[in-house]
Amino acid sequence: MPDQIIPAILVSAIAFFSVYISIPFLIKVLERKNLTVRDYNKLNGQMVPRPGGPSIIMGIIASELVLYVFFPKVEIIAILATTSIAFLVGVLDDRKTRGGWFKPLGLAVATIPIILLGAYQPTLSFPIIGHATIPLLSIPIIIFIIPITGNTVNSIDVLNGVASGFMVIAGCAITLSLFITQNYEIAIASLPLIFVSLAFYKYHKFPSRIFPGDSGALTLGAMYGVIAIVGHVEIIAAVAILPAVVNSFLFLSSMKRIVEHRQIKNPVTHTEDYKLAATNEKDAPITLVRLIVAKGPMTEKEIGFFIFKLAIFSAFLTIITAFMTVVKI
Amino acid sequence: MKGSQIFLFIFIMWILIIAGCVLLVTISESIKIQGYLTLEPPLFYSSIVKAIIAITFVAIWVYVLSKIKNWIFRRQIKH
Repeated sequence: MPDQIIPAILVSAIAFFSVYISIPFLIKVLERKNLTVRDYNKLNGQMVPRPGGPSIIMGIIASELVLYVFFPKVEIIAILATTSIAFLVGVLDDRKTRGGWFKPLGLAVATIPIILLGAYQPTLSFPIIGHATIPLLSIPIIIFIIPITGNTVNSIDVLNGVASGFMVIAGCAITLSLFITQNYEIAIASLPLIFVSLAFYKYHKFPSRIFPGDSGALTLGAMYGVIAIVGHVEIIAAVAILPAVVNSFLFLSSMKRIVEHRQIKNPVTHTEDYKLAATNEKDAPITLVRLIVAKGPMTEKEIGFFIFKLAIFSAFLTIITAFMTVVKI
Repeated sequence: MKGSQIFLFIFIMWILIIAGCVLLVTISESIKIQGYLTLEPPLFYSSIVKAIIAITFVAIWVYVLSKIKNWIFRRQIKH
């Protein structure tokens, strides 16, 4: 354990500072190239640079490569490869909006390195009861996990700072769970997820100076998914992102199909003082934000903090689940 | 508390995950299919049965969750 402390501190520092230092430069480049989008939740409709994905992937690659020097494990290569493919899928979607199926399919392709490298277990770890082996389902489950985590994180990237702040909390939960399940090396490999998200949150929080874009959100979501797979904590990881799962579940059960979020009616509207309120549009989807503001208008910042409270609640349930997985009956 | 139904919904989701996992493992691990005509691998058949049970569990989970969602958020999601 003591010989793992130095790599842990080193990769955390590299992940944090590479994003923290590179973002101001990226903002300037994006502004110069006029790669900005309107922030519709601001009264003056301020233009915000997008995407922040390149800085995020840079931080992940730099930190994971350094970690690979300390622990040359195939799981780290799987994290690097899958996350990089997810980033490329996001870049393509940032450049040109594609159909609702593009991202799930692209992220399914991103699972290929995990399968080819054999960086997964054919069993699933369940709380209380132990392991179960379903050989026919092990690969389909992997193919589903990355599209689910990637799109789930992308779907909550609707307000300033929410996606990155949410990933800090979910990342802490999964890392602690990996320590509880004594999977120390993968726990250290998941530290860059926390610190990259934390550094990005500094610029993404309300009022945002940069948006992650699909390239940023899919990268964070796919990294979360691949850590869940290679760390063998798939069920535990699902609990940590329950607020985002609720959002996707509400969306899909109201829309009854997979659809690109830019193609739907806005589930919230603005009051005169520019708070967010639930829309009265009958064919607008039901989302987490729409439910949060159902009882009355709230500011963007208040909604963001409410989502963080939900994430902390889920993180608490995640830790309990991790202990339940360790203790067998 | 404002939005307390959302916390309740997340908690119920968690309970359903734990309960579903315990049931799934208990049922699927009890399935042992003996060799068929001595030619086919029994693991393959038991895996098919386990896969069907697991997929059925997920379908039931989604159905129950959507009913609970309608019950908890009946006021908010009424158009």
